[in-house]
Amino acid sequence: MIKIKKGIDIHLVGEAKKEMKVYEPALYAIKPLDFIGVIPKLHVAEGDEVKVGTVLFHDKKNEDVFFTSPVSGKVKEVVRGEKRVILKVVVESDGKYEAIDFGKADPAKLSRNEVIEKLIQSGTWTMLRQRPYATIAKAQDKPKCIVVSMFDTAPMAPDNNFIIANQMEAVKAGAEALAKLTDGQVYLNVNSEETKKALEALKFSAKNIVVNVFQGPHPAGNVSTQLNVLSPINKGEVVWYCYAQNIISIGNLFLTGNYDSKRIFAFTGSEVKEPVYYSTRIGADLSGLYNNISSENVRIISGNVLTGTKINGNNVLGFYDTQVSVIPEGDHYQLFGWLAPNFKKFTSTNTMGASLCKKSSKVLDTNLNGGIRPLIMTGNFEKVFPFDIYPMQLIKACIIKDIDQMEELGIYEIDAEDFALCEVIDPSKTPIQQIIREGLELLRKEMN
Amino acid sequence: MGLRKFIDKIKPNFEEGGKLYCFHSFFDAMETFFYVPNKVTINGSHVRDAVDMKRNMIYVLIALIPCFLFGTWNIGFQHFSSHGEVATLMQNFGYGLMKILPLYIVSYVVGLGIEIIFAQIRKEEVNEGFFVTGFLIPLIMPADVPLWMLAIAVAFAVVIGKEVFGGSGMNIVNPALLARAFMFFSYPSKMSGDGIWIAEKGDAISGATPLGTLLNGGGVEQLPSVMDMFIGTIPGSVGETSKIAILLGALFLIVTGVASLRIILSTFVGAAALGLLFTAIGVSEVPFYYHFLMGGFMFGAIFMATDPVTAAQTNTGKIIYGFLIGAMAVLIRVANPGYPEGMMLAILLLNVFAPLIDYCVVAMNISKRKKRWAKAERSAK
Repeated sequence: MIKIKKGIDIHLVGEAKKEMKVYEPALYAIKPLDFIGVIPKLHVAEGDEVKVGTVLFHDKKNEDVFFTSPVSGKVKEVVRGEKRVILKVVVESDGKYEAIDFGKADPAKLSRNEVIEKLIQSGTWTMLRQRPYATIAKAQDKPKCIVVSMFDTAPMAPDNNFIIANQMEAVKAGAEALAKLTDGQVYLNVNSEETKKALEALKFSAKNIVVNVFQGPHPAGNVSTQLNVLSPINKGEVVWYCYAQNIISIGNLFLTGNYDSKRIFAFTGSEVKEPVYYSTRIGADLSGLYNNISSENVRIISGNVLTGTKINGNNVLGFYDTQVSVIPEGDHYQLFGWLAPNFKKFTSTNTMGASLCKKSSKVLDTNLNGGIRPLIMTGNFEKVFPFDIYPMQLIKACIIKDIDQMEELGIYEIDAEDFALCEVIDPSKTPIQQIIREGLELLRKEMN
Repeated sequence: MGLRKFIDKIKPNFEEGGKLYCFHSFFDAMETFFYVPNKVTINGSHVRDAVDMKRNMIYVLIALIPCFLFGTWNIGFQHFSSHGEVATLMQNFGYGLMKILPLYIVSYVVGLGIEIIFAQIRKEEVNEGFFVTGFLIPLIMPADVPLWMLAIAVAFAVVIGKEVFGGSGMNIVNPALLARAFMFFSYPSKMSGDGIWIAEKGDAISGATPLGTLLNGGGVEQLPSVMDMFIGTIPGSVGETSKIAILLGALFLIVTGVASLRIILSTFVGAAALGLLFTAIGVSEVPFYYHFLMGGFMFGAIFMATDPVTAAQTNTGKIIYGFLIGAMAVLIRVANPGYPEGMMLAILLLNVFAPLIDYCVVAMNISKRKKRWAKAERSAK
């Protein structure tokens, strides 16, 4: 068992009960902006009939990446924004889920190229991303290893052990397929010994599949945290990664021959009347669930409260998201808030009443809790940052856009999400994830 | 919520286009003093820690209150003692307040005035940093310092020490200490010697500080008792004399985590190490723990060395930084024939070296990473 010591679990009210409901709305949308660096080239027009697995668009930069329809039905509209940028491709479901047959196969008996071909044609390939940069994997790369983080440590995160319990066959097939893609290891990282035993009982035929148990506070579930322990990324190296539901989709592609666009998400947060799990399809329009929200002035987030995207008015479940969080907006004033004990708020420090009840679940809103200041306090990021990296120095290197320093300070080993906790606890309220993302994007453009 | 309504009513005057726009930084400072703003997160994490810079800064002020109260009383106590009189608690305190309040008024009016003007020009919010600096400055001065000198020193420290670098968070040296250093080198007659540490001194006692006594060739036996130095009933800068008051503040800062325990401890260790070395080789007969009790050592170690902006920023760097401050302070005290006190200069010197210390610490991390890169490249071939 690998223990992660640094980090913080933020306990919030509104975790999902272990109960699965089916949610089948009429509309589904794929948003090109969910994928870093993708420039879409449309394959369909409004009104076209599509099946599960029909290509909607591909990436101009990377001809090998197809984005396919999660449902069968009709293309309802292509929503464009400023400068005609494609914001989303909306498909209206006919409820039949007719799927294109890409052919069943035992991945253990296929070659690397055959596995890749199936993944790309079906659109499943988009679920496989790479580090550094968190872009979709490039088929011509040779990753040094593949990491599958099978658990999530974010606030109110879904319990993946509950989700994968009856999908073990798919996990097996998915792992076998991934094992074909790399000469290195495929790491399946879980958070309990029982899950590890259940996975090992599958008897993988590939020799390079390793199951690890991780324990510790968030960000233990982040890919970079796990990689930092198993095999830190060096300059020039590439690692591929995906998550529990992605490996199930990959497995189901080989088991059934169809693109598996199923997506289970936890509907969580203090403002959700009945937080449970929903089984739907990728890109589901969530507005049908809003009658389950108890108040008016809320923020609806696709993803978790640390890294998710605000989707009020857009209502689309993000491509990679397995959680929807609904929390109150915090657009109110607090008299002498900088001196108040703030028992009901969250703090990582020992500076207020809230410090005495760090373990209790809280209802947090979106208030910034202060004004934006220069970076002044030091030494607090290190407490929540389980990497052999100097976080403050790396943030500053990104601010001044010094590429050499960014490389030397370890930017290849991390992604913006790994700085989410630093951003949460920062008393200067600096937009740290944005700074790191811009740093990574600068590097990606310079390197290619 | 009458106050909120009032603020909302007058707010438009201070916004861009309003007739009082030139005071918008001041208005903003006042508004955020009363209310944590209604700003919400826009990107990145949607929830945030309830701690902010204001709280961190105010906590340093709270930690300084014992020093302020005792120091104010001690001004009166030293004054009346020097005239051979015995005064009541309130008389001592009242006399002290008469002396120290003008210092505070000058310090804040000059310092905050400059801060607000710069914030207005830069279109930024007013930083809380000067609340701490402005509170510290009178505490590290003799009570009798002329107000016009103080005004010049504060203006110099804020403009040259801080604003030219870009304001709070960007400065190289601690502005409060810079104000003191400015006074020390510009007006030495008002900042050193035996006569200046007691307000309107009478002739009943000599008025020398312990460090002054040592500098003039006095022996350990001529120093005040350890108990007096610990309680603080000795002459000196306003805030530095009472070690009990300082330790109360230190306890608060350490428990709340606002000040770095690493820096504080390593400063003490550094001073103890050099103090022990000097007594062992016979250079000095002053026991090492006297260095903690004399002069501004403890005040500096807890309230000045720990300034997060000017201290080393890496955890390892903080230990080196603190150790060198302690060692350097004792070295100056013992080996330097000119200045009795070494703490101010030691902290300023290490403020300047802190970025170098961090550079070396981070370079070690970088070289480790590059070795790993090289190894990976070799094994790939």
